[in-house]
Amino acid sequence: MKELVCIVCPKGCRLHVDEENGYLVTGNSCLRGAEYGKNEILNPTRVLTSTVKMEGGLYRRCPVKTNKAIPKGKLFDVMQALNAVTLSAPVTVGQVVIENVCGTGADVIATKAL
Amino acid sequence: MLYDLIVVGGGPAGLAAANSAYEKGLRSILIVERDKELGGILNQCIHNGFGLHRFKEELTGPEYAHRFIEMLKDTSVQVMCDTMVLTVTENKEVHVINTEKGYQVLQAKAVVLAMGCRERTRGAIAIPGARPAGVFTAGSAQRYLNMEGYMVGKRVVILGSGDIGLIMARRMTLEGAKVLACVEVMPYSGGLMRNIVQCLQDYDIPLYLSHTVTDIQQKDGRLSHITVSKVGDDRLPIPGTEMEFDCDTLLLSVGLIPENELTRGAGIDMDMRTNGAIVYENMETSIPGVFACGNVVHVHDLVDYVSQESEKAGAAAADFVLHPKENEHALRLQNGFGISYTVPQQVRVPRIEKSLEVFFRVRQVFGESVISVKDGENLICSFKREYMAPGEMQQIKLPRVLLDKVSGAALTISVKEA
Ligand SMILES: Cc1cc2nc3c(=O)[nH]c(=O)nc-3n(C[C@H](O)[C@H](O)[C@H](O)COP(=O)(O)OP(=O)(O)OC[C@H]3O[C@@H](n4cnc5c(N)ncnc54)[C@H](O)[C@@H]3O)c2cc1C
Ligand code: SF4
Repeated sequence: MKELVCIVCPKGCRLHVDEENGYLVTGNSCLRGAEYGKNEILNPTRVLTSTVKMEGGLYRRCPVKTNKAIPKGKLFDVMQALNAVTLSAPVTVGQVVIENVCGTGADVIATKAL
Repeated sequence: MLYDLIVVGGGPAGLAAANSAYEKGLRSILIVERDKELGGILNQCIHNGFGLHRFKEELTGPEYAHRFIEMLKDTSVQVMCDTMVLTVTENKEVHVINTEKGYQVLQAKAVVLAMGCRERTRGAIAIPGARPAGVFTAGSAQRYLNMEGYMVGKRVVILGSGDIGLIMARRMTLEGAKVLACVEVMPYSGGLMRNIVQCLQDYDIPLYLSHTVTDIQQKDGRLSHITVSKVGDDRLPIPGTEMEFDCDTLLLSVGLIPENELTRGAGIDMDMRTNGAIVYENMETSIPGVFACGNVVHVHDLVDYVSQESEKAGAAAADFVLHPKENEHALRLQNGFGISYTVPQQVRVPRIEKSLEVFFRVRQVFGESVISVKDGENLICSFKREYMAPGEMQQIKLPRVLLDKVSGAALTISVKEA
């Protein structure tokens, strides 16, 4: 039995995940919590948000995110990949910055128009 | 210039208020914002977690702001950026200043105050020790890092476990800094549980509850060491429990203060507990036609609730201009045991359509408990909760039919652990 806090929404339900019982999740208030509980044991993932260098915009950094959750172990690899990027204005919300970043299957996209 | 509505502040609160006033039929609306662009604090909150209630998806701060800014595009709402509001008067003159037109006095029929919050500083919490470079509020460090592109330090300690501090612990770690500890004076965290998990635990950053910073040392003008001590139940440091941290940066995440200079200047009645204006059910302040919403009224943890509250304020401002009403008698909402404040503080029952939403915070952590609403000794309704903490704003809905039966002058809201 593993105890976890669900981080999918601000409610923060306290989950119990039973590894010996097909990763059965209890304590969740919704289905997303059950999915999170199982994933968190088998393959924990996170959405990464950061910034990249920006030229010609209102600010020197443009905020970006991965468009889906990526394995936790890849977070610092993706941060490294972002260091190599410089965007120039104009940038639109949702614009792809890096496709299939570090082989994760997720794209890095811009989250602000600059 | 005469406007139907002037909105002070173009953060999520101001944007939602302007939008909803427009939807309710107002056409001459002006938003005045002192920053270079709309969006308020959301522009520096590049992390995700916004809009889960509102849009049923997890957006970043800038994306959430973008949705509201886009809504303004097809409207007649005017925006004045780079413009500071200096004064709002009782008769709704709005004094503004900018570099283009200098000092101007604008007149409005209704005003929405949406100035947000500013961060509590070191001065406001009096930490002993030196005053070197390297001490920042977490929010200014966030703006430096996420917008201006400056890394504020390499070895970091964070004082305060509010959400901004937690978010910055993760952010600085991802950017290559070593975050040594997050230190919290209270026995519980001030931030959301999900942020403790995904910002501290994910990166093995220790959280010291019931601890505080008791000394700051410097070398050549830059922070070099800090001392952290355990505190007792009286929140005073316990001698002999000191720990030294070798760090170059201290981030303060010790709370937000609603930015109410304009509100006080206008002579609006204030609530000592929220540090914001006392408001009625529709977010109207003690001056008829002046409304307040968002963080300037009380500190919110979720922007979704800011939008919800601000739409109410915008709609009410439109109603004030288009359909003036007599002021009815109001019920007071009183804080009973365990409640630190409620918003609204006053309620005009005839103005409630179906139900009244009341936001409140509790004073301490409660396990399974019951929130009761009483008219004198009469229980009018109650609500069950599994867990409540001061860091998480609570919301209850009181149906109009029950409010109609109230005979006293006040309702008391209190908590009892089951
Ligand atoms: C660091 C941080 C992290 C957060 N994380 C989350 C999260 O993960 N999820 C979530 O849902 N919520 C989060 N929040 C909360 C949410 O962002 C706020 O509740 C929300 O932004 C408040 O909106 P507001 O419009 O009231 O204030 P603000 O966004 O502060 O906007 C106020 C605006 O008014 C302007 N202004 C002030 N005074 C004047 C003046 N005199 N003249 C002209 N303009 C003026 C300011 O420049 C500013 O643009 C976070 C907040 C912070 C600070
Ligand atoms: S289980 Fe559902 S309600 Fe509970 S925290 Fe997770 S997502 Fe939120």
